[in-house]
Amino acid sequence: MTRQITLSKAVNEAIAEEMRRDPSVILLGEDVAEAGTPFKVLSGLVEEFGMDRIIDTPISEPGFMGIAVGAAMTGCRPIVDLMFGDFLYLIMDQLCNQAAKTHYMSGGKLNVPLVLRTNMGATRRSAAQHSQSLQALVAHVPGLKVAMPSSAYEAKGLMKTAIRDNNPVVIFEDKLMYNDKAEVPEEEYLIPFGKANIKREGRDVTLVATSSMVQVAEKAAEILSRENISAEVIDPRTLVPFDEETILQSVKKTSRAIVIDEGHQSFGVTAEIAARISEKAFYHLDAPVIRMGAMDVPVPFSPALEDITVPTPDGVVENARRICRGELVHAA
Amino acid sequence: MSAKHNTEDYLRMYRQMVRIRAFEDNANQLYLSAKMPGLTHMYSGQEAVAVGICEALTSEDKITSTHRGHGHCVAKGAEFREMFCELLGKEEGYCRGKGGSMHIADQANGNLGANAIVGGSMGIATGSALSAKYLGTSHVTVCFFGDGATAQGLWYEVMNMAALWKLPVIYACENNGYSEYTKTAEIAAGSLTARAEAFGIEAHKVDGQDVLAVNELARSLTERCRKGEGPFFIELETYRYHGHHVGDINRDYYRSKDEESEWKKVRDPITNFGKWLMEQKIMTADELVEIDKEISADAEAAVTYALDAKYPDVNEVSMHVFAETAA
Ligand SMILES: Cc1ncc(C[n+]2csc(CCOP(=O)(O)OP(=O)(O)O)c2C)c(N)n1
Ligand SMILES: [Mg+2]
Repeated sequence: MTRQITLSKAVNEAIAEEMRRDPSVILLGEDVAEAGTPFKVLSGLVEEFGMDRIIDTPISEPGFMGIAVGAAMTGCRPIVDLMFGDFLYLIMDQLCNQAAKTHYMSGGKLNVPLVLRTNMGATRRSAAQHSQSLQALVAHVPGLKVAMPSSAYEAKGLMKTAIRDNNPVVIFEDKLMYNDKAEVPEEEYLIPFGKANIKREGRDVTLVATSSMVQVAEKAAEILSRENISAEVIDPRTLVPFDEETILQSVKKTSRAIVIDEGHQSFGVTAEIAARISEKAFYHLDAPVIRMGAMDVPVPFSPALEDITVPTPDGVVENARRICRGELVHAA
Repeated sequence: MSAKHNTEDYLRMYRQMVRIRAFEDNANQLYLSAKMPGLTHMYSGQEAVAVGICEALTSEDKITSTHRGHGHCVAKGAEFREMFCELLGKEEGYCRGKGGSMHIADQANGNLGANAIVGGSMGIATGSALSAKYLGTSHVTVCFFGDGATAQGLWYEVMNMAALWKLPVIYACENNGYSEYTKTAEIAAGSLTARAEAFGIEAHKVDGQDVLAVNELARSLTERCRKGEGPFFIELETYRYHGHHVGDINRDYYRSKDEESEWKKVRDPITNFGKWLMEQKIMTADELVEIDKEISADAEAAVTYALDAKYPDVNEVSMHVFAETAA
């Protein structure tokens, strides 16, 4: 049985199910209990699991992140709720120097099974400190797994896998998608890490897109299909681990690729994926791989400026047309 | 009453508080009528804090502000037009539309900027005080932040350095009783003043609804900062009238309507100061009404102007990422 639920509800269900299943799962963050977070994603959890497990913290991000690392090393499985992805900059030491490296530095003796759930995404008119998409930052750090759900279905399945994983996992939800609905089974399911999802099959060009950009790629593919350009849309679902194989297979078939991610374009996720394609499918390519990320500027507040900083379906369509026509495109 | 006060000072304080309230009422209206992009945090109810403190400062003195920053901005000398233009993302805004409500800065008047990171300005304010000391300028810096921000570790690091180096900075904590949807008592252990005192910083607690009391204290601490006696800490007891942000409308689950109306009825900083002005025979009721009317007309005119103003040209998007550096 499936039904349509919002991404927000999907996350809520995943956490509730895992908390019922495993009493060592606890959740910490600002206004997570009674308020259920500003996005209301966690509403109802404190009523079921109580204040000992759904823990409201002061506005002390490095503090509660560090507490989660220590709790994870000693028997708990904490979920840390970081209200905005932008606050990653506050917790970098605890996440990247402590959580990410502990298992390795201890020669495999200590584990840090924790989930950091946070968000990403611009165009909400929230300005430069509440709009960033910082997945590249954490994907760069060995020892951290990174998941990027693109719909309610992925959000639930990936969250459940993350909670059961014995490593620190960072999940980025797109804050503009909380109310988007998708089909989600009633029955329990998990989505394994490192398995890309082919959202749409095509022959002429591969669109690799993460999270919020999957919808952009799907819209672009729809427009392209009317022009007889057949685009394949692939959602990697996790950046770490990364399913290179599915993407290489696709590019070997289509000979063209556009990589789309909402993080800044330079030194980012699109660069990494494009490099892997170029290295490993070079002789199959008919055109340079195109990267489409957010502009390399802090996210501006003004709607007139903000909207042009992120990749759009029209932009993807334009690039796809050009490479399919054999015109060389330099990433803008 | 301090001898330094005169009628002009009192009137200015009254006007500035009314200006803040008028600004916020219009900003809220812009949100409710879906004319403003994004969300914003109202300062209404806390006017005596910003005005009492900023009236003790010169335009050379600096402030750092918060996500709830419109009041600080107005109190430090900003104009309605440029502020509304910024809130609407227009080219004539203080930050050319790039910052918006949570990042308004008005460098000409010494406002180093609002901040969307809670506690994010504590280092900046302390650094501004280091500049004053090192460069020998006499500016004093006031760091505004909320009760919730006292949970940020940064504050303890910079208080330690400010105290060690005797920096001319005043940490002004606006304790409005709430940090988002949570009561302060649930997120702050012990006493805030004791935290500052632990670093040897002189700490004061003052009624943040009493503009004269705030101003008197701020004048004395500012002067003492200039003499090298800083840093100082002030906890100001105050209240926000609206929700955490303009969209936080159904809030009975964390704060009762009775509590809200009690503060508005008994402790409103503008009403109470207006009453005092009348008791002292400085102003009549009619004169006060006249001021209110004139200011609300100003605010409405600025809103109309800002709604019609133009957006920045799209080419501006990649301007200002880096400052020019002389070769
Ligand atoms: C580092 C950081 N954590 C969390 C937030 C989200 N947030 C914005 S305002 C706020 C509450 C701040 O409370 P307080 O400092 O008391 O200021 P008030 O809103 O009451 O003026 C929170 C948690 C943020 N902007 N920055
Ligand atoms: Mg507060």
